[in-house]
Amino acid sequence: ISSTQTMYSSNRGYGTQPQGHNVLPDGIDRTSDSFIRNSKEMESVISQLHSRINQVTQGGGAAAIKRHKSRNKLLPRERIDRLLDSSSSFLELSQNFQIISLESYDKQQSLANVVSSSSSSVHFFYIQFKLAGHELYEECLPSGGIITGIGPIHGKLCMFIANDATVKGGTYYPITVKKHLRAQEIAAKCRLPCIYLVDSGGAFLPKQADVFPDKDNFGRVFYNQALMSSEGIPQIALVLGSCTAGGAYIPAMADESVMVKGNGTIFLAGPPLVKAATGEEVSSEDLGGADVHCKISGVSDYLAQDELHALCIGRNIVKNLHMAGNEGVNSNLQGMISDYKEPLYDVKELQSIAPTDLKQSFDIRSLIARIVDGSEFDEFKQLYGTTLVTGFGRILGQPVGIIGNNGVLFCESALKGAHFIELCSQRNIPLVFLQNITGFMVGSKSEANGIAKAGAKMVMAVSCAKVPKITIVVGGSFGAGNYAMCGRAYSPDFMFFWPNARIGVMGGAQAAGVMSEIEKSKKKKEGIQWSKEDEEKSKAKFVEAYDKESSAYYSTARLWDDGVIDPADTRKILGLCISASNNRTPEPTTFGVFRM
Amino acid sequence: SSNEKSNQSNRKIDKLLIANRGEIACRIMRTAKRLGIQTVAVYSDADRHSLHVKSADEAVRIGPPPARSSYLNSSSIIEAAVRTGAQAIHPGYGFLSENADFAQLCENEGFTFVGPPASAIREMGDKSASKRIMGAAGVPLVPGYHGHEQDIDVMKSEADKIGYPVLIKPTHGGGGKGMRIVESPKEFVDAFLGAQREAAASFGVNTILLEKYITRPRHIEVQVFGDKQGNVVYLYERDCSVQRRHQKIIEEAPAPDIMSDFRSRLGQAAVSAAKAVGYHNAGTVEFIVDTLSGEFYFMEMNTRLQVEHPVTEMIVGQDLVEWQIRVANGESLPLGQSQIPISGLNWCFHYSFLLIFCSSIALSKDQNTLDMYGMPLKPGYMLKMWQGDFCQQQEFFSISVLFQSLKLVCFCNKNSRNALSLQEISQFCISVRVETGVEEGDTVSMHYDPMIAKLVVWGENRAAALVKLKDSLSKFQVAGLPTNIEFLYKLANHKAFENSELETHFIDHFKDDLFVNPNDSVSAESAYDSAKHSAALVAACICEKEHTLLKKNPPGGLSVWYTHPPFRPNHQATRTIELDWENEYHDNNNSQNLTLSITYLPNGNYLIKTGENGLPDVEVTVTHLGEHDFRVEADGLSKNVNLACYFKDESEHIHIWHGLEHHQFKQKVGIDLLDNLESHQHRNRSHDSGSHPPGTVSAPMAGLVVKVLVKNGMKVEEGQPMLVMEAMKMEHVLKAPTSGLVSGLQVTPGQQVSDNTVLFNVKAV
Repeated sequence: ISSTQTMYSSNRGYGTQPQGHNVLPDGIDRTSDSFIRNSKEMESVISQLHSRINQVTQGGGAAAIKRHKSRNKLLPRERIDRLLDSSSSFLELSQNFQIISLESYDKQQSLANVVSSSSSSVHFFYIQFKLAGHELYEECLPSGGIITGIGPIHGKLCMFIANDATVKGGTYYPITVKKHLRAQEIAAKCRLPCIYLVDSGGAFLPKQADVFPDKDNFGRVFYNQALMSSEGIPQIALVLGSCTAGGAYIPAMADESVMVKGNGTIFLAGPPLVKAATGEEVSSEDLGGADVHCKISGVSDYLAQDELHALCIGRNIVKNLHMAGNEGVNSNLQGMISDYKEPLYDVKELQSIAPTDLKQSFDIRSLIARIVDGSEFDEFKQLYGTTLVTGFGRILGQPVGIIGNNGVLFCESALKGAHFIELCSQRNIPLVFLQNITGFMVGSKSEANGIAKAGAKMVMAVSCAKVPKITIVVGGSFGAGNYAMCGRAYSPDFMFFWPNARIGVMGGAQAAGVMSEIEKSKKKKEGIQWSKEDEEKSKAKFVEAYDKESSAYYSTARLWDDGVIDPADTRKILGLCISASNNRTPEPTTFGVFRM
Repeated sequence: SSNEKSNQSNRKIDKLLIANRGEIACRIMRTAKRLGIQTVAVYSDADRHSLHVKSADEAVRIGPPPARSSYLNSSSIIEAAVRTGAQAIHPGYGFLSENADFAQLCENEGFTFVGPPASAIREMGDKSASKRIMGAAGVPLVPGYHGHEQDIDVMKSEADKIGYPVLIKPTHGGGGKGMRIVESPKEFVDAFLGAQREAAASFGVNTILLEKYITRPRHIEVQVFGDKQGNVVYLYERDCSVQRRHQKIIEEAPAPDIMSDFRSRLGQAAVSAAKAVGYHNAGTVEFIVDTLSGEFYFMEMNTRLQVEHPVTEMIVGQDLVEWQIRVANGESLPLGQSQIPISGLNWCFHYSFLLIFCSSIALSKDQNTLDMYGMPLKPGYMLKMWQGDFCQQQEFFSISVLFQSLKLVCFCNKNSRNALSLQEISQFCISVRVETGVEEGDTVSMHYDPMIAKLVVWGENRAAALVKLKDSLSKFQVAGLPTNIEFLYKLANHKAFENSELETHFIDHFKDDLFVNPNDSVSAESAYDSAKHSAALVAACICEKEHTLLKKNPPGGLSVWYTHPPFRPNHQATRTIELDWENEYHDNNNSQNLTLSITYLPNGNYLIKTGENGLPDVEVTVTHLGEHDFRVEADGLSKNVNLACYFKDESEHIHIWHGLEHHQFKQKVGIDLLDNLESHQHRNRSHDSGSHPPGTVSAPMAGLVVKVLVKNGMKVEEGQPMLVMEAMKMEHVLKAPTSGLVSGLQVTPGQQVSDNTVLFNVKAV
């Protein structure tokens, strides 16, 4: 580099910099042990990821799919594929395997509930309980029983929220509600029209306590619909199956709704309940079929002959949205470059860069070199606070500011981060956080330097920045580092995990160390001798629990993120996320009080 | 005024009106332009945007679409000539070209008629009269009876005298209409009466002549040319033996396997025939050659420039349209008989000639338009038997209806990497010549002859010409209309044709080889396999084309969302394409559904599963070369693929050509297309809710009611003729579907009805 600089410095003057000055070097040694080990280990991690997804995309299993298809229905992903512009991409969110713990309710009672509800029109009673651990019942809920994601219809980005009726009849488990609300949150933030593909038996009754009463429970779905509608974000419901009780409000609250003749029903109470309540005997079609709602009640607006027709009407509704004057920057595509360059280095190698052992460090620039256009990255404050890498680049032609970790955060790195966030906020440049952080530097020197103050500045900046923020956890996400690097609590527009990533307040070993120190002093006070063996056992238990809870899959199953992704897809996903976030009109940022 | 007229006739033609349309109008204009002559086209409303109109310096509207109101309307044409100041009128072929009254009218009005004298047209137009004249001039005639006496007993005894088999033929009309072959005396009476009836119905004259029927005949016609000074030369012969029901399918020049003294005797006979009627300009004398005896007989003379004239042009290296104009100008023939390169023939220069047609109209022409045209466009028949043999009447209707509104979508290809456009073919090598009057996207009108194009190829010898012929045929790509290309390809490939085993029953003899036999399960199986493979290629090409379009013009400018392959987190995007294969082996030409599942592979290729056992998944690499053109690699084999798509009946029709294969698929309108067609579709939906009550008869197609044979309240038997309609230039008799009482009859003769109009109802009693 220095020789190049010398060469140009003599005649460069104050003109533009020479081309290629900002191209990042490859940055990896393919012969190193760590590269070889990582490649091998990540290969199995990725194949595990793909096999999980393969399982998840089977929905509720072959029997349920067969039953579903026999009703002339498409699977939720097929429905979305047919709504989307053909050959367009679809950014599916939180598609990963969901494991729901049922430890909180009594097995006997749940079975009783299941049996009693079997007379209703829904089909969620086909539940198989699996003994997965002592005194703990678990069951699988592929993709949480609901498919969500973003894709274009007639060149207009939409949020799709589709019940999977092959999974427990499309009923809402707590996680289903959480996923639905998360999709609505993204839609509201990015001003994406919402397309609800309704085919659901409503709330999962055995878990009503975790589904119904709280603020972020089922009722919030309709609250969100109302607020989004009031803000001019179109709400469109396609009723492709049953839509019972609470579910009935999804089409009813929608701006426009479509019903499929024969398959689509909307009612507050199904025929069995009606009979029980009033003695009236009525078929579900006569009670709440498409004819009733499109011709008599006016609950729905468009009558579709079959599912394909409904999807076609759905597309047409989006075509006619126009949303004149409500468009974000995507509509004028400021700053976009359409003929962008691909990175110079193979994106597949991201799989080998990401360490499965988080103690290993790596230069975040080798990662950035594989996600930005032409591997071109203009670094900001390169020589200061070097454990945080900041700079400007483009992803699929879209300008971004990137903040990545190259080690523990010091005062200087935090100040640099806050500065860079301010820059991007002023210029309305989306921020990408590449998290690989064990936390802020501890110790007396750091405390004396005011590390808490410096960290607070960065947290303040991250919290208040109104530009699109996207977080990718590529390694560790620990402690206050998670906060400063825009963890889930800081409402990034999107947040994804690499499968090797870990999240926690601290590492398992550190936590075990802290806990055993406390325990030891407690026991000492009580005069109990703690054997070395017992101490180690207790530590191991801690480490085990932390390990389990900090895994990417544990995180994604609880919706602490928007999905676990293949590192090789990082660039594409970032491109799509930035594009989706740019759908909104830029807002000016106002920061709070920075402690100086 | 007579002075002025004679002055005019001495003037050279500098502005020529072409009283025709389509390829022949374009053809004549090309020569006229080369000679510096201004051109005037005439057109009916149906042809407002046709190629011949665009090609002319000026164009004049002459009336509504029906030919009798436009191209057969002499006074409109004369008016157009007056209006534009043309001095001469070229009639082309068909329409008024062999109408003696029109030729006379042109001369009377002071226009040069680029064609023979009216008297020659008149004399040759009457078959009995022409034979008498020929007999007197010593031109050999087929033994027969051409007398006025039409009494059945006289005719029978004449037939017995000639000896069986005997051919019964109406004196007027042509094109095989009313012809009967009688093998033995006992069949004679029925055949004779039938021929009389048909002749009366078709031509209004029921006089009949008898001829010896030649069992193994060849048809050879001689091109003659005369000038106004009385010179007549012959430009050698064309063999047009390969026929179907007396209609020519392929012509070649010179006729293969004939001796040079036979050739000159034939030529001399043709010249004598022309001289006997004081002929000038271009004409063709047709002979029948008895391959058993080696004798030849005069059949008839066509007093016009024939549709197949380019075959002769290619062997003698002359422009016959130029000759026509020069002769019409009063010049002597450009070449004398000895100057016409007969030596060339000894080198065995060969030219093959083909006509490519829409087969559906070919079928409909069977009936009664021949007199209206003045001359039947002979190749129009060629697929008649084929359709008749294998198709139900009902299907014929559907094909014809299809034809009315269809556009010619892909007509050869613009991209020169594979198929060439017509112009390109013409320019690339003079040895292949394509004549056409249509362009891609044109509508082929129901009102006129369905010929799409003529293909002429030249080779140093017959075998070389045949190789080129097959190559050129394989590059013809026509979508949107049924054509006879595949049939012609099979014909050109046939061993017997290669061996010049030419005679008029050629197609009958080899029909099993030339036509699709739906009962041939081996061929059906291999056709199915090849259709599946083609369907996979279609699917891949559709995806690739979509990708290039999206890349160029991403909806909403969201290029990020339309990258290739389409992105899905942690899995691959897939899609399903359902194609209905138009299977000619299937019963009743039903289509067969093929479901293809396409996976977008990360490398940009497509993995295609046909969902059928036995056929492995195929990975396809596609490069989109141009609009219709692709280079496709599958299983290590790469080749060019061409597609053509058009919309019809709420489906997308897709044609694919690769190598020698051509398949046609239909795709139900997908979700995107529904967006565009939605309102249309819904309108239709409301339509079919009310289907007609039983016993209702509706018009099978748009047409004219000619006769109504029943009245309301009349009792009719099942199958009884009720009403006669004329549509697509043919008459259709609509019969009672059941026995019962007629009701709801609302139409009257002369009324135009549209497709599906309810005509009447028969209520069973």
